[in-house]
Amino acid sequence: MSIRQKAFSDVLPDFRNLGVIARVLVAVNAAAAAGALFAAADLAQALERFVAMAAFLEPLLLVDLVALLLASPLLQRLPYAAGFALVLALVMALAALYQALLPMVLAEPLPDAWRTLALSALIAAGVLGYLRLVAKAYSPALAEARLQALQARIRPHFLFNSLNAVLALIRRDPRRAERALEDLSDLFRTLMAEPRQFVRLSDEIALLERYAGLEQLRLGERLRITWELDAAPSDALLPPLVLQPLLENAIYHGVEPGTASGEVLVRIERRGKRVLARIENPYLEAEQSRAGNRMALDNIRERLALFFDAEARIDTRSAGGRYRVEIEIPYRAARA
Amino acid sequence: MIRVFIADDEAPARDRLRELLDDIAAELPTSLAGEARNGLEALERIPQSGAQVLLLDIEMPGMGGLEVARHLALLPEAPTVVFVTAHDRHAVEAFELNALDYLLKPVRAARLAAALRKALAGGAPGREQLARAAGGAREYLSVAERHRILLVPVRDVLFLRAEQKYVTLRTRSEEHLIEESLVALEREFAGRFVRIHRNCLVARAAIRGFERGSGGEEDPHWLVVLEGIAERLPVSRRQWPALRELMAEKP
Repeated sequence: MSIRQKAFSDVLPDFRNLGVIARVLVAVNAAAAAGALFAAADLAQALERFVAMAAFLEPLLLVDLVALLLASPLLQRLPYAAGFALVLALVMALAALYQALLPMVLAEPLPDAWRTLALSALIAAGVLGYLRLVAKAYSPALAEARLQALQARIRPHFLFNSLNAVLALIRRDPRRAERALEDLSDLFRTLMAEPRQFVRLSDEIALLERYAGLEQLRLGERLRITWELDAAPSDALLPPLVLQPLLENAIYHGVEPGTASGEVLVRIERRGKRVLARIENPYLEAEQSRAGNRMALDNIRERLALFFDAEARIDTRSAGGRYRVEIEIPYRAARA
Repeated sequence: MIRVFIADDEAPARDRLRELLDDIAAELPTSLAGEARNGLEALERIPQSGAQVLLLDIEMPGMGGLEVARHLALLPEAPTVVFVTAHDRHAVEAFELNALDYLLKPVRAARLAAALRKALAGGAPGREQLARAAGGAREYLSVAERHRILLVPVRDVLFLRAEQKYVTLRTRSEEHLIEESLVALEREFAGRFVRIHRNCLVARAAIRGFERGSGGEEDPHWLVVLEGIAERLPVSRRQWPALRELMAEKP
């Protein structure tokens, strides 16, 4: 499922949420005030009507809210239309009950029952519609926040181990320490950048190389990376930080936990109208406890779907002691 | 002079710790007792190194620091362990490491000095404390010898049998006495071993079948046949129904 589909899903508001409850209270009372104003000749009369109406309305509204609060777990599971109908039915049933019970405690004449029912249904429908608009207005921001969270997901242990490695270099090889800090700042600049639509493949590859340099510093000869980039189209566009998390995974799961040295392969090539990227690492049998691989893959899958919809493909395979991730995206060239 | 041992899989991290030890030498003189690049190497080298304090990285290939510390605790003169980790606070809490002393990477000289002082004053964390912090099951069982820790991969163990104060551990070719309780072992390795008798746990994967016993003094009805060894192990009457059921669902 892509972010686009998830970003705004048509479900009823959660009536356990205080914000939702507050919105309902305000909206219903505003409707009542508007009704009072509409029917009255002047402000003073409108106020009087509103107070009279509120005395009738508020108890019913509170009962409705409690009922919706209790029904909320069920409502969340229903499809929107069914939930909508259930809310209307619930509100109307409670209004009818209220209308039937009220004469026992109140001597005053009541408004016509059908009128109460029709008004309840109208106001409930109006409030639901309003809440749906609110949810819709928020969803792009939610999607963006999610995107940013995805991009900032580099493992803290990588940062601190890298800093530790740089600290160890400062005295014995200051120049190399400088380069490492430059790489680290480039990497984090990209990670903290505003979420962009697309980056050029050449930029993403440069990022991969910086990242690999830092890992090399820490892991030394335990990490051997083979780069096959001759056929990589440097002008191809892709969402930022799609390949780096895959390389990070390959090292984290395939090299770091091994006592022997591990070989990682990075191959990027263009095949006609498609761009293919493959990252391979040793498949370590004992490496099933270290969590996190799935999450990174799901993130990338979601983002590829967001940018390319069904045109992108990502799959993984482990065979012959190697673990392989392959990504295929449509080739779209950046304008020169 | 405090004899310090450094175990970390990353060369720069070991370099850094050595540098820091140099830096604090004026206020806290230390000497290097040895270094190791992974958990197994650490266990091999530490017993003869005469180390008093061990700076032990938690995330190491082969065997992580938490398990290393559990095996080391068997030594009569085990060094005091100071854990070192690059994990953020959140992960450290997940380890329940709060109870133990640890240093966060990058390590500061002042923190290192404080940890070394505390380690010398405080002594090593107990085995139970380490077991709690480590959480998961060990990959190895260990036998402490005079200047050596012998490791037996748990996957090689065919059965564990309680004998008075000790537990006998049997593999295809070896037999050792380990100082642990059968109940704790059963809990730690639940799923891998099944109880066939009040005093005996057997590796599920090693069970090849059952034989009818001849009816000795305890009248064992059934005997477990294990792969690779001739010895047959009696199944108690009480464990038999559960055992049979368990083996029936084995793929």
